Amino acid sequence: MSKMHVKMTVNGKPQEALAEPRTLLIHFLREELNLTGPHIGCDTGHCGACTVDLNGKSVKSCTMFVAQANGADVTTIEGIAAPDGTLHAIQDAFREHHGLQCGFCTPGMITRAYRLLQENPSPSEEEIRVGISGNLCRCTGYQNIVKSISAAAETMAASREAAE
Amino acid sequence: MIPGAFDYHRPASLGEAITLANELGDDARVLAGGHSLIPMMKLRMAVPEHLIDLADIDDLKGIDERDGTLQIGAMTSQAEIIGSGLLAERCPILRETAEQIADPQIRNVGTIGGNVANGDPGNDMPALMQALNASYALTGAGGTREVPARNFYEAAYFTALEPGEVLSAIHIPIPPAGHGYAYEKQKRKVGDYATAAAAVLLTMEGGVCTSASIALTNVGDTPLFAEAAGAALVGSAFDEGAVGAAVSAAEAIASPAEDGRGPVDFRTRVAGVMVRRAIGRAASRAR
Ligand SMILES: Cc1cc2nc3c(=O)[nH]c(=O)nc-3n(C[C@H](O)[C@H](O)[C@H](O)COP(=O)(O)OP(=O)(O)OC[C@H]3O[C@@H](n4cnc5c(N)ncnc54)[C@H](O)[C@@H]3O)c2cc1C
Ligand code: FES
Ligand code: FES
Repeated sequence: MSKMHVKMTVNGKPQEALAEPRTLLIHFLREELNLTGPHIGCDTGHCGACTVDLNGKSVKSCTMFVAQANGADVTTIEGIAAPDGTLHAIQDAFREHHGLQCGFCTPGMITRAYRLLQENPSPSEEEIRVGISGNLCRCTGYQNIVKSISAAAETMAASREAAE
Repeated sequence: MIPGAFDYHRPASLGEAITLANELGDDARVLAGGHSLIPMMKLRMAVPEHLIDLADIDDLKGIDERDGTLQIGAMTSQAEIIGSGLLAERCPILRETAEQIADPQIRNVGTIGGNVANGDPGNDMPALMQALNASYALTGAGGTREVPARNFYEAAYFTALEPGEVLSAIHIPIPPAGHGYAYEKQKRKVGDYATAAAAVLLTMEGGVCTSASIALTNVGDTPLFAEAAGAALVGSAFDEGAVGAAVSAAEAIASPAEDGRGPVDFRTRVAGVMVRRAIGRAASRAR
């Protein structure tokens, strides 16, 4: 049961480490790379707090071996804001619309919303609710999360138009 | 929870995977999306010493149509099933069912091959495959054999898969144009397995049912093909007599376990309600 050489690009930076294949991706990110943004809520694939972006898709990193993610391109909540610290429109919207209370679900929620708005840049309320159905929040009742994602979609559409 | 240790293999071809599976024998398991296997390994319900990851095998990917049959590679994800225009046109119940499995993140990773090979009666695709009369291509050292979904499931987690075999593809005879279909699932929340669920496919001519196929999810040790329930509809105009007979025939074969989803009687009745709703919706869609 030897360790394996793991390579992946995380938030745009190449990373390499030795790890046991059984290491879960969430543990690799949090403990090996010190990226403690993605959280462990349930450890069973239900809550979505551990959501990261892997090769352009949202996945739950508590239910994936690091071996499966070998060679992948990964984005975590740490990689969503601009390198100079300017918040992403989704992060701004969550702040503006009270899309978080305790904040535990927020990294997973925002990382999921980040991908959702690329898959569907102008989702209806229903599409947002289905899109985040794999992310649980025990605080907000979801209403303000949905509002935040809607608002972010509008801001992002406006800045796309302005750029054209 | 940290799964037990294992050696990881990532073969580039199906041939290589099968050679490995035969060499490593009982100590090895194949790994598809891992969304059933990893939870089981965390709980030590599975403790494989070797995992053979099928992720890099191109032959196990893709969706095709050939001679009236749909072929779906085992490593096709549920999200790819939902996104397929070909499947939406030829066999839309696949999308309707996949959309009721877990949530977007899990559907990005979980595969159809893993869903049908797993053998968990909670999985949604197996009953659908029985209703569609699909068959599975099982590839081993000696070649490939086809096993109908209706004969594949033996007991919970026991299937016709032999050690050293990989489920390589699913073959689905394309239902006739204009067929009616519905997958009805009762669950407590997103990401829950069914309290009970029913798949219904049927055809109609002049308001009369000419064929019907019904199967049930999570109300027994295996998915259940409800042959008598389908037969009860044929020749009828979906009047209460026929629909009631189909519901009773489905309830008669249901034998769910009592669990957090409810006692046996409740889950049996829910199976009946799912059958009734699915028949209604399927009939309204048939042309
Ligand atoms: C929170 C959560 C909720 C879920 N809800 C549902 C639900 O509502 N409905 C539902 O149906 N499922 C549900 N699932 C399970 C999910 O759909 C799994 O993805 C699926 O059951 C297994 O597919 P996989 O690709 O992940 O396979 P894996 O987990 O990798 O494999 C499962 C088993 O099948 C074997 N196997 C896999 N592929 C092959 C193959 N090609 N040939 C031979 N053997 C193979 C493996 O060795 C293993 O024993 C849920 C999972 C989670 C984590
Ligand atoms: S910690 Fe991964 S889904 Fe809850
Ligand atoms: S803000 Fe507390 S769990 Fe979502």
